[in-house]
Amino acid sequence: MQTKKSINNTAPVKSKRMSEGRSLWMDAWLRLRKNKSATFGLTLVIIICLAAIFAPYITRYDPYKQLIWTEGIKAKLAPPSAEHWFGTDVYGRDIYTRVVYGARISLQIGFAATGMSVIIGVVLGSLAGYYGGFIDDFISWLTNVVFAFPFLLFVLALVAYLPPSLPLMYSAIGVVSWASFARVARGQVMQVKRNEYVEAATAVGGGDSRILFRHILPNILAPIIVQATLEMGSIILLESSLSFLGFGVQPPKPAWGFMISEGKQFFLSGQWWWSVFPGIAIMVLVLGFNLFGDGLRDALDPRLKQ
Amino acid sequence: MANTQRNLLEVKGVKKYFPITGGILKKTVGYVKAVDGVDMFIKRGETLGLVGESGCGKSTLGRVILRLLEATQGEINYDGINILKLKKEQMREMRKKMQIIFQDPYASLNPRMTVGDIIGEPMDIFGLASGRAKEEKVLELLHVVGLGTQHIRRYPHEFSGGQRQRIGIARALAVNPELIICDEPVSALDVSVRSQVLNLMQELQEKFNLTYLFISHDLSVVKHISDRVSVMYLGKVVEIAGKNELYDKPLHPYTRALLSAIPIPNPEVKRQRIILEGDVPSPVNPPSGCHFHTRCKYAKPKCSEIEPELKDVGGEHFVACHLY
Repeated sequence: MQTKKSINNTAPVKSKRMSEGRSLWMDAWLRLRKNKSATFGLTLVIIICLAAIFAPYITRYDPYKQLIWTEGIKAKLAPPSAEHWFGTDVYGRDIYTRVVYGARISLQIGFAATGMSVIIGVVLGSLAGYYGGFIDDFISWLTNVVFAFPFLLFVLALVAYLPPSLPLMYSAIGVVSWASFARVARGQVMQVKRNEYVEAATAVGGGDSRILFRHILPNILAPIIVQATLEMGSIILLESSLSFLGFGVQPPKPAWGFMISEGKQFFLSGQWWWSVFPGIAIMVLVLGFNLFGDGLRDALDPRLKQ
Repeated sequence: MANTQRNLLEVKGVKKYFPITGGILKKTVGYVKAVDGVDMFIKRGETLGLVGESGCGKSTLGRVILRLLEATQGEINYDGINILKLKKEQMREMRKKMQIIFQDPYASLNPRMTVGDIIGEPMDIFGLASGRAKEEKVLELLHVVGLGTQHIRRYPHEFSGGQRQRIGIARALAVNPELIICDEPVSALDVSVRSQVLNLMQELQEKFNLTYLFISHDLSVVKHISDRVSVMYLGKVVEIAGKNELYDKPLHPYTRALLSAIPIPNPEVKRQRIILEGDVPSPVNPPSGCHFHTRCKYAKPKCSEIEPELKDVGGEHFVACHLY
């Protein structure tokens, strides 16, 4: 049976796909699809992304509408019900609606801040790894300084000093979280540039930029993507902690962290829903990114290739 | 053959020292003398074999000739031009004429590029062909090295070692070079594939009138493919001669020891093997005088004092030894 199968495989097939090679990316995607927890993570992330994009279509209320003015006292801190799935807060706002809209803020900050740290980190890390010497010493020193930086305090100071806004939030987070990308990129570049195919590119007259962009960067991309996915989770957590402390996204915008912080005073008196649902939302999103990131790492690691 | 006798490549007194840095201030505390004054020449159209133990500087010399590594000292004349003096842009043009085939077929091809892109890249860089013409040229090269049209969109990891080496050869041929440095091109291959690749290289040499510098530690492979052979020991060339001359009448004690180590596929034949004592000395601190004197049983007091010159003992047989 085995032989029959292989004969069938090698027989000339009319389809053009036979001559198309399977890139390493395609290989990784096929491996990723077989990984259950990674696909679960990816599904969570996709569901939350879709919810954020189509927020107005899946919610019945306006996230800012305070229902106590129209519906009276029964809308104040109403427990979860068919009317209000996640209950309402003290102003009578629908918590389900606010959690869905809150995804917009978390994802926006997550993507923008991660994008920023990837760009800063990969550029600096690649320069350090490729050129070495003095450039490397300087950039490595800078990376270590940023690593040692009191991260949260810096962002707090920045946000407290400047008028709070979304771009400020993700710039502040991006400026301090690129260091891990720089480290990964530097190490990877140093490893990849020793490969003979880089020498071969020099031997056929390739210049620095061709070698960096065509031969080195595509080969360090996989670990960077993994790092970025995992970093997304921690950046979303960081944003939530800032909002919790009141230095993040300003009310009445529905930031998850701030909702937890507002709801916590009612938690012990039995109105748990105000802080628990945004908390679950944070957990689900961060878990999604982490599971997906772990799966990506397994899928992209060539050492696991048969 | 008559007008092809001119030397294509001349290497004169080339040295390559790698600095060893130490301490917190990264001061240079010494040098690894990987290539320590090499003289040789290669005639147009011939294959010069370069043999020696691991770590004797063969591969380093190959890379210095292509300026993948910068020489510390010396002169390399390619067709009468000293390429070590060329500026970056001039050297880039020069690279069309000299290419390299690497030892490790797994590390020498970019895993993220298709075979077509890998072979086509040199054409892109030098603007030799593009679009349809490039694809045709790539296909032609694939056929020349024994691969098929269907392979052009595949990725390196979908090939075997021998096939990958063929891809590496096709890439080297893409710029129509004259000289190819073959850095142990078959050492990483299975014995069964080895001869196929070697035969391919010989066919290509005839077809495209190529000149090879064939670096290897495998004496039988070198004997098979070379016209002349040079032997390296600890960063220096100790003997150069025509293939038959060298294998039949080795002069340098090191060459003799090396040749006596070739296995003979006949159990009836008894041969005395010369076993060298001790290890290869460190290239950081090579012995004075003749680098080989510490392991040579013919060593005289003179050998540890004066460095022997490479001299012609007749019939283009060069040897660097005080015995001759």
